[in-house]
Amino acid sequence: MRIKLNGEETEITAGMTLLDILNDKNIDPGTIIAEVDEVILKPEEFGSCMLHEGSVVEILKFVGGG
Amino acid sequence: MNDNLIINGIEIKSRLFLGTGKFGDDSLIPKCIEESGAHIVTVAIRRVDFNSNTDNITQHLPKDCILMPNTHGARNAEEAVRIARLGRAAGCGDWVKIEVVSDSKYLLPDNDETLKATEILVKEGFIVMPYMTPDLYAARRMRDAGAASVMPLGAPIGTNKGFRTREMVEIMCNELDIPVVVDAGIGKPSEAAECMEAGAAAVLVNTAIATAADPVLMAKAFGEAVRAGRNAYLAGPGAVKTIAEGSTPLTGFLR
Repeated sequence: MRIKLNGEETEITAGMTLLDILNDKNIDPGTIIAEVDEVILKPEEFGSCMLHEGSVVEILKFVGGG
Repeated sequence: MNDNLIINGIEIKSRLFLGTGKFGDDSLIPKCIEESGAHIVTVAIRRVDFNSNTDNITQHLPKDCILMPNTHGARNAEEAVRIARLGRAAGCGDWVKIEVVSDSKYLLPDNDETLKATEILVKEGFIVMPYMTPDLYAARRMRDAGAASVMPLGAPIGTNKGFRTREMVEIMCNELDIPVVVDAGIGKPSEAAECMEAGAAAVLVNTAIATAADPVLMAKAFGEAVRAGRNAYLAGPGAVKTIAEGSTPLTGFLR
């Protein structure tokens, strides 16, 4: 199914959770901030957040800034 | 004499705030923090690049730093609020530097949208530090909305032009009862000292340190300059005169 991940149309397997996406991309869940369909997720929700067709997912992190 | 900087009831150990952008090597950041003594450190929030394996900036920051995410990228209050909430979701505390810029040439902050974001985020319990164009009226409104400080620019971001807004910022320092933190455009330690001599509570520096030939030594210099400028302010400089007045007594001349 297709979701929008960090602004890009992305094909994922149906039934994936946010945590599955992070694991798939070798991203440490403790280092990112996640938002799905404009709802900011708590880290403990990453494993239970099931994505659906058309989900808009933002995976963010802190970077250098002034 | 206790001259500690207190913001929102919290003692801030240094009147130099450090930005973490533009460093050619992020591993220099902890050394810059150590040499300068900086306590408040700013970061930004960006999408993860899945094709690149860059470090998480926070792994370079000492645990006792106060992390202050900025809302860089926000073009209006709504976007600033969203970014602020995302920053807090990372679990690094309630501090936020509101940065709302829709002008891509001079990167001047939009005071109206910054005020709107301040009002919303204060109500949500954030410790709000709004980056703003120097304007006493706008600063008072942000103060009244509950901002913990105001952060007027010294010169446009990244220009290293120095304390070009001195006259307006000095008025703000004289008239406001919340900390005034000069942020942006400060290019040399002497300029940071000038900000402090004018009555600023603190200075935020990023480009001048990050892009120096020796960022660690420059960070040390800025830390020293901010302390010197603050001491000079507290010491009360002598009057500026038009006509010369000798430093040596006018009696007992050898003729």
